[in-house]
Amino acid sequence: MTDVRWQPTASWNVLHNRADMLRRIRTFFAERDVLEVDTPLLSHAGVTDVHLQNVTAQLQGPGMPIPTTFYLQTSPEYAMKRLLAAGSGSIYQICKVVRDDEISVRHNPEFTMLEWYRPGFSDADLMAETDVLVRDILGCAEAEYVTYQDAFQRELNIDPLTSAGIAELKQRLLHDGYGSAIDESDSADTLLQLAMSMYVEPNIGQERPCFVTHFPASQAALAKLSTDDPRVSHRFELFYQGLELANGFWELTDAKQQRQRFEQDNRERKALGLQEQPVDERFLAALDAGIPECAGIAVGLDRLLMLRVGAQDISQVLSFPIERA
Amino acid sequence: MANYSTNEFKQGLKIMQDGEPCVILENEMVKPGKGQAFSRVRIRKLLSGKVVEKTFKSGDSVEGADVVDVELAYLYADGEFWHFMNNETFEQIAADDAAVGDNKKWLVEQDVCTLTLWNGKPINVAPPNFVELEIVETDPGLKGDTAGTGGKPATLSTGAVVRVPLFVQIGEVIKVDTRSGEYVSRVK
Repeated sequence: MTDVRWQPTASWNVLHNRADMLRRIRTFFAERDVLEVDTPLLSHAGVTDVHLQNVTAQLQGPGMPIPTTFYLQTSPEYAMKRLLAAGSGSIYQICKVVRDDEISVRHNPEFTMLEWYRPGFSDADLMAETDVLVRDILGCAEAEYVTYQDAFQRELNIDPLTSAGIAELKQRLLHDGYGSAIDESDSADTLLQLAMSMYVEPNIGQERPCFVTHFPASQAALAKLSTDDPRVSHRFELFYQGLELANGFWELTDAKQQRQRFEQDNRERKALGLQEQPVDERFLAALDAGIPECAGIAVGLDRLLMLRVGAQDISQVLSFPIERA
Repeated sequence: MANYSTNEFKQGLKIMQDGEPCVILENEMVKPGKGQAFSRVRIRKLLSGKVVEKTFKSGDSVEGADVVDVELAYLYADGEFWHFMNNETFEQIAADDAAVGDNKKWLVEQDVCTLTLWNGKPINVAPPNFVELEIVETDPGLKGDTAGTGGKPATLSTGAVVRVPLFVQIGEVIKVDTRSGEYVSRVK
Protein backbone atom coordinates (compact mmCIF):
# COMPACT_ATOMS: atom_id res chain seq x y z
CA MET A 1 0.00 0.00 0.00
CA THR A 2 1.20 3.44 -0.91
CA ASP A 3 1.35 5.75 2.10
CA VAL A 4 -0.43 8.89 0.91
CA ARG A 5 1.09 10.90 3.75
CA TRP A 6 4.41 11.39 1.97
CA GLN A 7 3.41 14.83 0.69
CA PRO A 8 4.06 18.10 2.53
CA THR A 9 1.12 19.80 4.26
CA ALA A 10 2.37 23.36 3.64
CA SER A 11 1.92 24.95 0.22
CA TRP A 12 4.97 26.09 -1.76
CA ASN A 13 3.77 29.63 -1.29
CA VAL A 14 4.02 29.21 2.49
CA LEU A 15 7.39 27.45 2.32
CA HIS A 16 8.78 30.34 0.25
CA ASN A 17 7.30 32.70 2.82
CA ARG A 18 9.07 30.77 5.59
CA ALA A 19 12.39 31.12 3.77
CA ASP A 20 11.79 34.86 3.34
CA MET A 21 10.94 35.22 7.04
CA LEU A 22 14.16 33.44 8.09
CA ARG A 23 16.18 35.66 5.72
CA ARG A 24 14.65 38.81 7.22
CA ILE A 25 15.33 37.63 10.76
CA ARG A 26 18.98 36.93 9.95
CA THR A 27 19.30 40.35 8.32
CA PHE A 28 17.67 41.98 11.36
CA PHE A 29 20.26 40.51 13.70
CA ALA A 30 23.20 41.02 11.33
CA GLU A 31 22.33 44.74 11.21
CA ARG A 32 22.44 44.83 15.01
CA ASP A 33 25.68 42.89 15.40
CA VAL A 34 24.01 40.00 17.17
CA LEU A 35 25.98 36.81 16.59
CA GLU A 36 24.24 33.71 15.26
CA VAL A 37 25.12 30.63 17.32
CA ASP A 38 24.32 26.94 17.09
CA THR A 39 24.10 24.93 20.33
CA PRO A 40 23.37 21.19 20.71
CA LEU A 41 19.91 19.69 20.39
CA LEU A 42 21.03 16.86 22.69
CA SER A 43 22.01 17.67 26.25
CA HIS A 44 23.09 15.57 29.23
CA ALA A 45 20.32 17.25 31.30
CA GLY A 46 16.81 18.40 30.57
CA VAL A 47 14.48 20.87 32.25
CA THR A 48 12.72 20.68 35.60
CA ASP A 49 9.78 22.87 34.47
CA VAL A 50 6.64 21.21 35.77
CA HIS A 51 4.73 21.74 32.53
CA LEU A 52 7.50 21.04 30.01
CA GLN A 53 8.27 17.40 29.22
CA ASN A 54 11.57 16.47 27.64
CA VAL A 55 11.88 13.84 24.94
CA THR A 56 14.94 11.66 25.54
CA ALA A 57 17.21 9.69 23.26
CA GLN A 58 19.55 6.80 24.05
CA LEU A 59 23.04 7.15 22.60
CA GLN A 60 26.03 4.84 22.57
CA GLY A 61 29.34 4.66 20.77
CA PRO A 62 33.08 4.89 21.35
CA GLY A 63 33.58 6.13 24.90
CA MET A 64 29.90 5.49 25.66
CA PRO A 65 29.67 1.70 25.88
CA ILE A 66 26.38 1.71 27.78
CA PRO A 67 23.34 3.45 26.25
CA THR A 68 23.26 6.91 27.84
CA THR A 69 20.21 9.13 28.13
CA PHE A 70 20.34 12.49 26.41
CA TYR A 71 17.61 15.12 26.53
CA LEU A 72 16.34 16.88 23.42
CA GLN A 73 16.21 20.57 24.29
CA THR A 74 12.86 22.22 24.98
CA SER A 75 14.66 25.52 24.32
CA PRO A 76 18.34 26.42 23.75
CA GLU A 77 18.29 28.62 26.85
CA TYR A 78 20.80 26.83 29.10
CA ALA A 79 23.39 26.34 26.38
CA MET A 80 23.04 29.95 25.20
CA LYS A 81 23.48 31.23 28.74
CA ARG A 82 26.65 29.17 28.98
CA LEU A 83 27.88 31.05 25.91
CA LEU A 84 26.95 34.35 27.57
CA ALA A 85 28.96 33.33 30.64
CA ALA A 86 31.88 32.51 28.34
CA GLY A 87 31.76 36.07 26.98
CA SER A 88 29.79 35.78 23.74
CA GLY A 89 28.03 39.15 23.92
CA SER A 90 24.66 39.42 22.13
CA ILE A 91 23.66 36.13 20.51
CA TYR A 92 20.72 34.62 18.65
CA GLN A 93 19.79 31.18 17.46
CA ILE A 94 17.19 29.65 15.15
CA CYS A 95 16.77 25.99 16.03
CA LYS A 96 14.47 23.05 16.48
CA VAL A 97 13.14 22.36 19.97
CA VAL A 98 11.14 19.35 21.12
CA ARG A 99 8.39 19.13 23.73
CA ASP A 100 6.54 15.95 24.55
CA ASP A 101 2.78 15.77 24.98
CA GLU A 102 2.00 18.89 22.93
CA ILE A 103 -0.10 18.31 19.82
CA SER A 104 -2.88 20.62 18.64
CA VAL A 105 -3.71 23.03 15.84
CA ARG A 106 -1.23 25.40 17.52
CA HIS A 107 1.34 22.82 18.72
CA ASN A 108 3.70 20.42 16.98
CA PRO A 109 5.99 18.39 19.30
CA GLU A 110 9.02 19.60 17.32
CA PHE A 111 9.01 23.26 16.32
CA THR A 112 11.28 26.11 15.33
CA MET A 113 12.40 28.59 17.94
CA LEU A 114 14.10 31.94 17.56
CA GLU A 115 15.86 32.80 20.79
CA TRP A 116 18.10 35.75 21.53
CA TYR A 117 19.95 37.36 24.43
CA ARG A 118 20.97 40.98 24.89
CA PRO A 119 23.53 41.84 27.58
CA GLY A 120 22.76 45.23 29.10
CA PHE A 121 19.09 45.16 28.03
CA SER A 122 16.18 45.28 30.48
CA ASP A 123 12.89 43.53 29.77
CA ALA A 124 11.52 46.87 28.52
CA ASP A 125 14.45 47.26 26.08
CA LEU A 126 14.00 43.75 24.75
CA MET A 127 10.25 44.13 24.30
CA ALA A 128 10.89 47.27 22.27
CA GLU A 129 13.38 45.41 20.06
CA THR A 130 10.99 42.45 19.68
CA ASP A 131 8.25 44.84 18.63
CA VAL A 132 10.44 46.18 15.82
CA LEU A 133 11.21 42.66 14.60
CA VAL A 134 7.57 41.53 14.74
CA ARG A 135 6.45 44.62 12.84
CA ASP A 136 9.12 43.93 10.23
CA ILE A 137 7.95 40.32 9.82
CA LEU A 138 4.18 40.82 10.05
CA GLY A 139 3.74 44.42 8.91
CA CYS A 140 1.43 44.96 11.89
CA ALA A 141 0.80 47.94 14.17
CA GLU A 142 3.02 48.85 17.12
CA ALA A 143 2.52 46.60 20.14
CA GLU A 144 0.65 47.57 23.30
CA TYR A 145 1.67 46.69 26.84
CA VAL A 146 -0.41 45.51 29.76
CA THR A 147 0.67 44.08 33.09
CA TYR A 148 -0.54 40.60 34.03
CA GLN A 149 -2.49 42.16 36.88
CA ASP A 150 -4.20 44.74 34.63
CA ALA A 151 -5.01 42.09 32.01
CA PHE A 152 -6.92 40.07 34.61
CA GLN A 153 -8.56 43.15 36.01
CA ARG A 154 -9.63 44.22 32.53
CA GLU A 155 -11.01 40.85 31.40
CA LEU A 156 -12.31 39.47 34.69
CA ASN A 157 -12.35 42.35 37.15
CA ILE A 158 -10.24 40.14 39.43
CA ASP A 159 -6.88 40.86 41.06
CA PRO A 160 -4.64 37.85 40.32
CA LEU A 161 -2.06 38.84 42.96
CA THR A 162 -4.21 38.60 46.08
CA SER A 163 -5.60 35.48 47.77
CA ALA A 164 -9.03 37.12 47.79
CA GLY A 165 -8.71 37.50 44.02
CA ILE A 166 -7.78 33.83 43.61
CA ALA A 167 -10.81 32.75 45.69
CA GLU A 168 -13.00 34.97 43.52
CA LEU A 169 -11.42 33.51 40.41
CA LYS A 170 -12.16 29.97 41.56
CA GLN A 171 -15.82 30.86 42.08
CA ARG A 172 -15.95 32.43 38.64
CA LEU A 173 -14.39 29.34 37.00
CA LEU A 174 -16.85 27.03 38.80
CA HIS A 175 -19.75 29.25 37.83
CA ASP A 176 -18.66 29.24 34.18
CA GLY A 177 -18.58 25.44 33.94
CA TYR A 178 -14.87 24.74 34.43
CA GLY A 179 -15.47 22.51 37.47
CA SER A 180 -14.27 19.43 35.57
CA ALA A 181 -10.83 21.07 35.20
CA ILE A 182 -10.44 22.06 38.85
CA ASP A 183 -9.44 20.12 41.97
CA GLU A 184 -9.26 21.12 45.60
CA SER A 185 -5.49 20.72 45.49
CA ASP A 186 -4.99 23.14 42.60
CA SER A 187 -2.43 25.87 43.16
CA ALA A 188 -3.24 29.51 42.45
CA ASP A 189 -1.00 29.21 39.37
CA THR A 190 -3.04 26.36 37.91
CA LEU A 191 -6.22 28.44 38.28
CA LEU A 192 -4.48 31.47 36.81
CA GLN A 193 -3.20 29.46 33.85
CA LEU A 194 -6.70 28.13 33.16
CA ALA A 195 -8.15 31.63 33.37
CA MET A 196 -5.35 33.01 31.20
CA SER A 197 -6.17 30.45 28.48
CA MET A 198 -9.94 30.81 28.68
CA TYR A 199 -10.57 34.51 29.36
CA VAL A 200 -7.46 36.58 28.76
CA GLU A 201 -5.65 35.06 25.80
CA PRO A 202 -8.68 34.98 23.47
CA ASN A 203 -9.32 38.70 24.03
CA ILE A 204 -5.97 40.44 24.16
CA GLY A 205 -3.81 41.47 21.21
CA GLN A 206 -6.57 41.25 18.62
CA GLU A 207 -5.90 44.58 16.88
CA ARG A 208 -2.18 44.78 17.61
CA PRO A 209 0.41 42.60 19.33
CA CYS A 210 0.18 42.77 23.11
CA PHE A 211 2.97 42.28 25.63
CA VAL A 212 1.73 40.96 28.96
CA THR A 213 4.35 42.01 31.49
CA HIS A 214 5.15 41.34 35.13
CA PHE A 215 3.99 37.73 35.47
CA PRO A 216 3.44 36.60 39.09
CA ALA A 217 6.60 35.74 41.03
CA SER A 218 5.33 32.15 41.34
CA GLN A 219 5.48 31.90 37.52
CA ALA A 220 8.79 33.73 37.15
CA ALA A 221 10.59 30.69 35.66
CA LEU A 222 14.04 32.14 34.84
CA ALA A 223 13.22 35.82 35.34
CA LYS A 224 14.34 38.22 38.04
CA LEU A 225 11.79 39.22 40.63
CA SER A 226 10.72 42.84 40.66
CA THR A 227 12.40 44.98 43.27
CA ASP A 228 9.39 47.37 43.31
CA ASP A 229 6.79 44.66 43.91
CA PRO A 230 8.08 41.26 45.04
CA ARG A 231 4.75 39.67 44.04
CA VAL A 232 5.70 39.99 40.39
CA SER A 233 8.64 39.16 38.14
CA HIS A 234 10.32 40.49 35.02
CA ARG A 235 8.79 37.74 32.88
CA PHE A 236 6.71 38.79 29.89
CA GLU A 237 4.85 37.16 27.02
CA LEU A 238 3.72 38.37 23.62
CA PHE A 239 0.25 37.62 22.26
CA TYR A 240 -1.23 38.44 18.89
CA GLN A 241 -4.57 37.38 17.42
CA GLY A 242 -5.10 34.60 19.93
CA LEU A 243 -1.60 33.11 19.61
CA GLU A 244 1.04 33.08 22.32
CA LEU A 245 4.08 34.10 20.28
CA ALA A 246 6.94 34.67 22.69
CA ASN A 247 8.16 34.40 26.25
CA GLY A 248 10.93 36.57 27.64
CA PHE A 249 12.81 37.37 30.81
CA TRP A 250 14.99 39.99 32.32
CA GLU A 251 17.22 37.12 33.26
CA LEU A 252 17.86 35.79 36.70
CA THR A 253 21.66 35.70 37.04
CA ASP A 254 21.86 34.39 40.60
CA ALA A 255 22.91 30.71 40.58
CA LYS A 256 21.71 30.11 44.12
CA GLN A 257 18.19 31.40 43.43
CA GLN A 258 18.12 29.45 40.16
CA ARG A 259 18.99 26.23 41.97
CA GLN A 260 16.21 26.88 44.49
CA ARG A 261 13.71 27.31 41.66
CA PHE A 262 14.80 24.02 40.08
CA GLU A 263 14.39 22.30 43.44
CA GLN A 264 10.98 23.89 43.88
CA ASP A 265 10.00 22.58 40.39
CA ASN A 266 11.01 19.09 41.41
CA ARG A 267 8.99 19.32 44.62
CA GLU A 268 5.95 20.31 42.57
CA ARG A 269 6.66 17.50 40.11
CA LYS A 270 6.75 15.01 42.97
CA ALA A 271 3.48 16.35 44.39
CA LEU A 272 1.82 15.96 40.98
CA GLY A 273 3.15 12.43 40.49
CA LEU A 274 5.53 13.50 37.71
CA GLN A 275 9.08 12.25 37.45
CA GLU A 276 11.66 14.50 39.10
CA GLN A 277 14.32 15.72 36.69
CA PRO A 278 18.07 16.05 37.16
CA VAL A 279 19.15 19.70 37.22
CA ASP A 280 21.56 20.94 34.57
CA GLU A 281 24.74 21.37 36.64
CA ARG A 282 26.71 22.80 33.70
CA PHE A 283 24.16 25.58 33.34
CA LEU A 284 24.23 26.31 37.09
CA ALA A 285 28.04 26.28 37.03
CA ALA A 286 27.94 28.88 34.23
CA LEU A 287 25.58 31.08 36.27
CA ASP A 288 27.85 30.64 39.25
CA ALA A 289 30.86 31.68 37.16
CA GLY A 290 28.83 34.75 36.24
CA ILE A 291 26.73 35.84 33.30
CA PRO A 292 26.19 39.45 32.33
CA GLU A 293 22.98 41.24 33.25
CA CYS A 294 20.83 40.56 30.21
CA ALA A 295 17.37 40.02 28.82
CA GLY A 296 16.38 37.09 26.60
CA ILE A 297 13.37 35.99 24.60
CA ALA A 298 12.13 32.94 22.69
CA VAL A 299 9.76 33.34 19.75
CA GLY A 300 7.83 30.46 18.17
CA LEU A 301 8.58 30.93 14.48
CA ASP A 302 5.96 28.52 13.20
CA ARG A 303 3.26 30.56 14.94
CA LEU A 304 4.78 33.79 13.66
CA LEU A 305 4.56 32.31 10.17
CA MET A 306 0.94 31.26 10.82
CA LEU A 307 0.11 34.92 11.40
CA ARG A 308 2.20 36.02 8.43
CA VAL A 309 0.28 33.79 5.99
CA GLY A 310 -3.07 33.69 7.81
CA ALA A 311 -2.95 29.96 8.67
CA GLN A 312 -5.40 28.51 11.20
CA ASP A 313 -3.54 25.23 11.71
CA ILE A 314 0.17 24.84 12.37
CA SER A 315 0.35 21.99 9.84
CA GLN A 316 -0.28 24.60 7.12
CA VAL A 317 3.13 26.14 7.83
CA LEU A 318 5.16 22.93 8.38
CA SER A 319 6.49 20.79 5.57
CA PHE A 320 5.81 17.64 7.57
CA PRO A 321 3.92 17.88 10.88
CA ILE A 322 4.24 15.02 13.37
CA GLU A 323 1.49 12.97 11.67
CA ARG A 324 3.66 12.88 8.56
CA ALA A 325 7.12 13.01 10.12
CA MET B 1 -16.21 0.52 32.08
CA ALA B 2 -12.72 1.69 31.21
CA ASN B 3 -11.45 5.16 31.99
CA TYR B 4 -10.01 7.28 29.22
CA SER B 5 -7.15 9.73 29.64
CA THR B 6 -7.40 13.04 27.79
CA ASN B 7 -4.79 11.78 25.33
CA GLU B 8 -7.30 9.14 24.21
CA PHE B 9 -9.99 11.72 23.51
CA LYS B 10 -11.19 11.80 19.95
CA GLN B 11 -14.35 12.46 18.01
CA GLY B 12 -16.96 9.77 18.65
CA LEU B 13 -15.57 8.58 22.01
CA LYS B 14 -18.35 7.96 24.54
CA ILE B 15 -17.74 9.25 28.07
CA MET B 16 -19.80 9.83 31.22
CA GLN B 17 -20.40 13.42 32.31
CA ASP B 18 -22.92 14.72 34.86
CA GLY B 19 -24.27 11.16 35.19
CA GLU B 20 -25.16 11.03 31.52
CA PRO B 21 -23.52 9.23 28.59
CA CYS B 22 -22.03 11.72 26.12
CA VAL B 23 -20.26 11.60 22.79
CA ILE B 24 -17.20 13.76 22.05
CA LEU B 25 -17.77 16.04 19.06
CA GLU B 26 -14.53 18.05 19.16
CA ASN B 27 -11.37 17.93 21.23
CA GLU B 28 -8.72 20.61 21.52
CA MET B 29 -5.59 20.98 23.65
CA VAL B 30 -5.00 24.39 25.17
CA LYS B 31 -1.63 25.07 26.75
CA PRO B 32 0.19 28.18 27.87
CA GLY B 33 3.87 27.76 26.95
CA LYS B 34 5.03 27.27 30.51
CA GLY B 35 1.72 26.33 32.08
CA GLN B 36 -0.69 23.52 32.72
CA ALA B 37 -2.23 21.98 29.57
CA PHE B 38 -5.98 21.51 29.33
CA SER B 39 -8.25 19.49 27.07
CA ARG B 40 -11.28 21.36 25.92
CA VAL B 41 -14.03 19.19 24.48
CA ARG B 42 -17.43 19.77 22.95
CA ILE B 43 -19.75 16.92 23.86
CA ARG B 44 -23.33 15.96 23.09
CA LYS B 45 -25.29 14.49 25.97
CA LEU B 46 -26.97 11.41 24.61
CA LEU B 47 -30.08 11.52 26.83
CA SER B 48 -30.95 15.21 26.64
CA GLY B 49 -29.29 15.91 23.27
CA LYS B 50 -27.69 19.04 24.73
CA VAL B 51 -24.29 20.12 23.40
CA VAL B 52 -21.96 21.49 26.10
CA GLU B 53 -18.27 22.34 26.53
CA LYS B 54 -16.11 20.72 29.19
CA THR B 55 -12.51 21.35 30.18
CA PHE B 56 -10.14 18.85 31.79
CA LYS B 57 -6.53 18.98 32.87
CA SER B 58 -4.40 17.12 30.35
CA GLY B 59 -3.61 13.71 31.77
CA ASP B 60 -6.81 13.46 33.79
CA SER B 61 -9.01 10.43 33.28
CA VAL B 62 -12.71 10.36 32.59
CA GLU B 63 -15.08 7.43 32.97
CA GLY B 64 -16.06 5.82 29.69
CA ALA B 65 -19.72 5.22 28.84
CA ASP B 66 -20.86 1.75 27.81
CA VAL B 67 -22.68 2.92 24.72
CA VAL B 68 -23.07 0.79 21.58
CA ASP B 69 -25.14 0.96 18.43
CA VAL B 70 -26.93 -2.22 17.37
CA GLU B 71 -29.04 -3.06 14.30
CA LEU B 72 -32.38 -4.57 15.31
CA ALA B 73 -35.62 -5.32 13.47
CA TYR B 74 -38.77 -3.62 14.71
CA LEU B 75 -41.46 -6.08 15.77
CA TYR B 76 -44.46 -4.38 17.38
CA ALA B 77 -45.65 -1.91 20.00
CA ASP B 78 -47.71 -2.96 23.00
CA GLY B 79 -48.88 0.48 24.02
CA GLU B 80 -46.06 1.02 26.48
CA PHE B 81 -42.94 -0.40 24.81
CA TRP B 82 -41.64 -0.83 21.30
CA HIS B 83 -40.16 -4.28 20.76
CA PHE B 84 -37.14 -5.06 18.59
CA MET B 85 -35.35 -8.28 17.70
CA ASN B 86 -31.83 -9.24 16.73
CA ASN B 87 -32.36 -11.14 13.45
CA GLU B 88 -29.39 -13.42 14.12
CA THR B 89 -29.77 -14.32 17.79
CA PHE B 90 -33.55 -13.70 17.98
CA GLU B 91 -32.88 -11.88 21.22
CA GLN B 92 -35.56 -9.26 21.91
CA ILE B 93 -35.31 -5.88 23.52
CA ALA B 94 -37.93 -3.28 24.45
CA ALA B 95 -37.50 0.49 24.08
CA ASP B 96 -39.58 2.99 26.02
CA ASP B 97 -41.18 6.20 24.85
CA ALA B 98 -38.19 8.33 25.88
CA ALA B 99 -35.88 6.27 23.67
CA VAL B 100 -38.21 6.10 20.67
CA GLY B 101 -39.40 9.69 20.89
CA ASP B 102 -40.66 11.28 17.68
CA ASN B 103 -39.23 8.45 15.63
CA LYS B 104 -42.14 6.22 16.59
CA LYS B 105 -43.97 7.51 13.53
CA TRP B 106 -41.34 5.97 11.23
CA LEU B 107 -41.35 2.47 12.71
CA VAL B 108 -42.38 -0.15 10.17
CA GLU B 109 -42.58 -3.80 11.13
CA GLN B 110 -39.51 -5.78 10.03
CA ASP B 111 -37.53 -2.63 9.24
CA VAL B 112 -34.01 -2.73 10.66
CA CYS B 113 -33.41 0.23 12.99
CA THR B 114 -30.28 1.44 14.79
CA LEU B 115 -30.70 1.30 18.56
CA THR B 116 -28.23 3.06 20.83
CA LEU B 117 -27.81 1.05 24.03
CA TRP B 118 -26.38 2.45 27.26
CA ASN B 119 -25.52 -0.30 29.74
CA GLY B 120 -27.67 -2.56 27.53
CA LYS B 121 -30.72 -0.28 27.70
CA PRO B 122 -32.03 1.55 24.62
CA ILE B 123 -31.63 5.32 24.81
CA ASN B 124 -32.24 6.14 21.16
CA VAL B 125 -33.94 4.51 18.18
CA ALA B 126 -33.01 5.64 14.68
CA PRO B 127 -35.23 4.39 11.84
CA PRO B 128 -33.80 3.55 8.41
CA ASN B 129 -33.20 6.62 6.21
CA PHE B 130 -36.08 5.60 3.98
CA VAL B 131 -39.32 3.89 4.98
CA GLU B 132 -42.38 2.80 3.02
CA LEU B 133 -45.78 3.57 4.49
CA GLU B 134 -49.39 3.46 3.33
CA ILE B 135 -51.53 6.60 3.06
CA VAL B 136 -54.64 6.24 5.22
CA GLU B 137 -56.01 9.71 4.76
CA THR B 138 -55.64 12.58 2.30
CA ASP B 139 -57.89 14.90 0.30
CA PRO B 140 -58.73 13.69 -3.20
CA GLY B 141 -56.45 15.48 -5.64
CA LEU B 142 -57.89 18.15 -7.93
CA LYS B 143 -58.20 17.02 -11.50
CA GLY B 144 -56.16 18.99 -14.00
CA ASP B 145 -53.53 20.13 -11.52
CA THR B 146 -50.29 19.71 -13.39
CA ALA B 147 -48.19 22.42 -11.85
CA GLY B 148 -47.31 20.15 -8.97
CA THR B 149 -46.98 23.04 -6.60
CA GLY B 150 -47.70 22.86 -2.93
CA GLY B 151 -49.02 19.37 -2.65
CA LYS B 152 -51.29 18.31 0.22
CA PRO B 153 -50.95 16.71 3.63
CA ALA B 154 -51.34 12.96 3.87
CA THR B 155 -51.64 10.89 7.02
CA LEU B 156 -49.73 7.61 6.97
CA SER B 157 -50.58 4.33 8.71
CA THR B 158 -48.28 5.18 11.63
CA GLY B 159 -49.86 8.59 12.16
CA ALA B 160 -47.02 10.51 10.48
CA VAL B 161 -48.17 13.42 8.32
CA VAL B 162 -46.15 14.31 5.19
CA ARG B 163 -46.78 16.56 2.21
CA VAL B 164 -47.43 14.58 -0.96
CA PRO B 165 -48.17 15.57 -4.58
CA LEU B 166 -51.85 16.07 -5.39
CA PHE B 167 -52.10 12.93 -7.55
CA VAL B 168 -51.19 10.55 -4.74
CA GLN B 169 -54.26 8.87 -3.22
CA ILE B 170 -55.47 6.98 -0.15
CA GLY B 171 -54.34 3.35 -0.13
CA GLU B 172 -51.11 4.02 -1.99
CA VAL B 173 -47.74 3.21 -0.42
CA ILE B 174 -45.12 5.95 -0.50
CA LYS B 175 -41.41 6.20 0.24
CA VAL B 176 -40.42 8.84 2.82
CA ASP B 177 -37.02 10.19 3.88
CA THR B 178 -37.12 9.91 7.71
CA ARG B 179 -34.31 12.45 8.17
CA SER B 180 -36.27 15.28 6.58
CA GLY B 181 -39.78 13.84 6.83
CA GLU B 182 -40.23 14.44 3.10
CA TYR B 183 -42.02 12.44 0.44
CA VAL B 184 -39.64 10.75 -2.03
CA SER B 185 -41.80 8.69 -4.40
CA ARG B 186 -44.72 6.35 -4.85
CA VAL B 187 -43.95 2.66 -4.36
CA LYS B 188 -45.35 0.49 -7.12
